[in-house]
Amino acid sequence: MVGMARAGKSEKFVNAREMGVVACRRCTKAWPLGVATCGRCGHTLVSRDHLSLHRVWAFWVLGVACYIPANIFPMLNTRTLFLNEESTIISGAVELAQYGNLGIALIILFASVVIPLSKFWAVAFLAVSVRQQRVISTRFRQVLYEVVEYIGRWSMIDIFVVAILSALVQLKTLASISPGLASIFFALSVIFTMLSAQAFDPRMIWDVQGKDGGPRRDE
Amino acid sequence: MKDTLDMQAPAGLDDLIVCPQCDAAYRLKRPGHGERAICQRCHKVLISPRKDAGLRIIAVAFAVLFLILGAAVFPFLTIDAAGNRNAVSVLDAAFAFTGGSLLLLSLAALALIILIPLVRVLLILYVLLPLVLDRPAARHAIPAFRLSEALRPWSMAEIFAIGCAVALVKVTDLANVGFGPAFWMFGLLVVLGIAQDSFMCRWSVWHALENPKNS
Repeated sequence: MVGMARAGKSEKFVNAREMGVVACRRCTKAWPLGVATCGRCGHTLVSRDHLSLHRVWAFWVLGVACYIPANIFPMLNTRTLFLNEESTIISGAVELAQYGNLGIALIILFASVVIPLSKFWAVAFLAVSVRQQRVISTRFRQVLYEVVEYIGRWSMIDIFVVAILSALVQLKTLASISPGLASIFFALSVIFTMLSAQAFDPRMIWDVQGKDGGPRRDE
Repeated sequence: MKDTLDMQAPAGLDDLIVCPQCDAAYRLKRPGHGERAICQRCHKVLISPRKDAGLRIIAVAFAVLFLILGAAVFPFLTIDAAGNRNAVSVLDAAFAFTGGSLLLLSLAALALIILIPLVRVLLILYVLLPLVLDRPAARHAIPAFRLSEALRPWSMAEIFAIGCAVALVKVTDLANVGFGPAFWMFGLLVVLGIAQDSFMCRWSVWHALENPKNS
């Protein structure tokens, strides 16, 4: 690992913004403040995206709104010789647990309930906390942001399972599985929350530091 | 922050690298092969050049290309219950829900599993092949690489592989299920995807696209 020299003479970290520089978030090239698009990659340059919080909240609300019907409507319709049953996300997982597949039930519950709910909480927490002057451990919020960015996609697992099952289990009269209405809402919810997390500008996490009484070193 | 004012000289901008995640500015010092430059504030990896990275990425990209095509066509799960056999490929799965609004869902799934990974790998080949062969950068290479980066979070082949395993367990009490060849292809795709990410130094690619002679 190469330690690069900090720009500026002190031991403190210097934000590009304070140097009159705006950096491209796609390709990291530095430009003078005020340049509108990156001359290298063509990405739009915004030193601090103050509209980004509006986008975060807009997608967040859509994500939550889609998550509710996703849990009410059935996710899977299973038709076997004798019965025709509809299961929601949670009832499907409970059934799996009752049949003894505890591990898979936990994966499904984790991917479809724990991850989305904690993502809603985490994105809201990040968006609220940049507004507060009080410094809530920046390191913690940075880690939270990275986890949210990384883990959000994995919620799609349940959608893929539904898709696979409905294609696979088409055994004429014996058994067949088809996707329920909830699958669309759930997919939309995952997509909206991913967009919400992507709209968040992580540089704002570190700005609060600068505002109240000089940068604080976290190491 | 008064002590930073003298850094405002515009000539110094090329020597500057800024962490895209936390906006910390550093004076650029290019790491050697195998070394990494890491933002000391938020620990994001800024530059991580590898020896022959371009060649390796291209080799991996060709492997990924053929695997994706194979994984789309070959069946990934087979089911066998009381004489009824069914083997499904991703294309079958995608067109399983053809009824009304569920069609949207199947198109979205097909895009996430096959189309987006395929487009990404083609874009990477398009951008990197000329660079590695010391040719001038391909036309529109810059927007192509930007698109490929933007698509990165939406390429979900590895999540689909886990989904296969979960689906398999879900129906084992209903019927006999087994993995088809495409499942193993998806498994390999997961590994290759990780390998490609570790070779790919985005900063170096941008730098090479900007200064073709230095690459």
